[in-house]
Amino acid sequence: MSNLSRSQANIVRLTWMLVTAVLAIMAIFPLLYMLSIAFKAPTEVFKSNLIPAKPTLDNFVYVLTEVPFWRYILNTFFISAVITAVALFFHTMAGYALARLRFPGREALFLTMFSTFLVSLPVIIVPLFILVRTMGMLNSYGGLIIPAIFNAFGIFLLRQYYLSLPRELEEAAVIDGAGYWKIYTSVILPLSRPIIAALAILFFLANWNSFLWPLTVASDPNLWVVQVAIANFKSQYAASWNYTMAASTIVAVPMLVLFVIFQRQIMDSIKTSGLKG
Amino acid sequence: MTNVATSVAGAKPAAFRLTTRQREAIAGYLFVAPDAIGLMLFIGLPMVLALGISVFEVDGFGGFRFVGAANYIRMWNDPLFWQSLGVTVRFMVMLVPLLYVMGLGLALLVQRTSKFNTVMRSMFFAPQMVSLVVVALVWQLMVVDKLGVLTRFAASIGLGGISFLGDPNIALFTVTLAAVWFLMGFYMLIFLGGLQDIPRELYEAARIDGASSTQSFFSITLPLLRPTSFFVLLTSSVAAVTGAQAFDLIYVMTRGGPANSTALLISYIYAQAFQYSAFGYAAALAALLVVLLMVITVFFFVVTKGGRFDYE
Repeated sequence: MSNLSRSQANIVRLTWMLVTAVLAIMAIFPLLYMLSIAFKAPTEVFKSNLIPAKPTLDNFVYVLTEVPFWRYILNTFFISAVITAVALFFHTMAGYALARLRFPGREALFLTMFSTFLVSLPVIIVPLFILVRTMGMLNSYGGLIIPAIFNAFGIFLLRQYYLSLPRELEEAAVIDGAGYWKIYTSVILPLSRPIIAALAILFFLANWNSFLWPLTVASDPNLWVVQVAIANFKSQYAASWNYTMAASTIVAVPMLVLFVIFQRQIMDSIKTSGLKG
Repeated sequence: MTNVATSVAGAKPAAFRLTTRQREAIAGYLFVAPDAIGLMLFIGLPMVLALGISVFEVDGFGGFRFVGAANYIRMWNDPLFWQSLGVTVRFMVMLVPLLYVMGLGLALLVQRTSKFNTVMRSMFFAPQMVSLVVVALVWQLMVVDKLGVLTRFAASIGLGGISFLGDPNIALFTVTLAAVWFLMGFYMLIFLGGLQDIPRELYEAARIDGASSTQSFFSITLPLLRPTSFFVLLTSSVAAVTGAQAFDLIYVMTRGGPANSTALLISYIYAQAFQYSAFGYAAALAALLVVLLMVITVFFFVVTKGGRFDYE
């Protein structure tokens, strides 16, 4: 009897695993499909085989040679890297102060800053555009970079992290007569290495993938980022799907590789962002 | 920065010696300043500006002319505005429950720690790594009329002749599916975080008492997930109303068409501002969105008692 119920339990478990696996394959199917089309010749695009009959690199060659795609990649890389670096510098400072230093109005300041986390870009895109235009930053790297630095999510996560650090670590430095800047650079920053690494990946990813702000602030093709470029790709070059998917693959694969390498860090930091009651 | 360093470090002439508490406060303000100023300037100010600009008519070159409530009157009489509001509500009503069910369902499927589940989690989360532009393009390709892989799959199960993005009755649903596919991994993780916090012993006790797994789901899991559920429902509603992800998807997939059937309020605002240069009118529409968002945020803070979910 107990043997029977155990094998029943096993069957149930296997069934659920099968269901999960089927769903997971469905989840990544669109990505596989993108890869598949990127390696197909134009005549084969709408054939039902997932594995190309005659795999070709022509689509990639076309995208990287006929279109100034390297320029878009470099733009995106530069913009994302600068935003990530500056944002981490500012957010670690703010997170440290909001978690550790006592000053009047600290809680109110934190709540005010934190409350901006529900404001997504589309809501403020029109006034932000007018503001940035007034500041003379349309069609400039400054306009692409500066407004994208500030983000309450990063400040929140860093503050949480600093709240969890034991106070003794700083107290030793205080006794040695270190100032707050010294504590920040020689105690706090070294201790933040793991969370900084995780956030660096998340910020870089988010900015590499961002579309709406670069689309709005930079109409000059020399300042285009990859996302704007591929969104314009079909209409601009009257290109067929195989080229569009090759361009999409070039843009998406680095991030997917990043994910495969850092999946634990990425998923853990997102899990902790779910606020707990 | 050296300035900050020395003044904060307290290397000052004796006449200006500050108490420890004062020095700490000054350091605190200086450390918060860059982010606080940035957030106020690039998020706070635009929210206020939305209200301010909405009483002007703005031309494409930055000239302003005061028009009072004219933009709001125009809004009231604009059928396309009302339609976009309707589309936004319909989008929210479809997206929020679907995301909730998918997020929680996937989390329950993979909650046990095992090698297999780790791989499954990563597969469910992988779409999040891809930009919404790419997501939109791939989905567009998958639902191409007659030839797309999903279109043909639909035909094979007896749903032939469907035009996923060409039929005004279906296009919004198609966009919603793409959004759910993109977002479900994120909400799965949020639910996994919530499930982790439920003490195992509760399930043990329930099993000893002879409760079925369905019973323990409804009497343990769901009630104890309430904070997580609240967070998920709130953020996904806000995302749906403000078009946080949907804007990119719709911009690439349909541009709001066919027949404005996928034009969210945010898509309409964007078109008014950047296609027709009606910045004043767009600001009035955005002001409505800001007010909507503030109402939701205040509600959020009241219910969670000031956002103090962190140190309890």
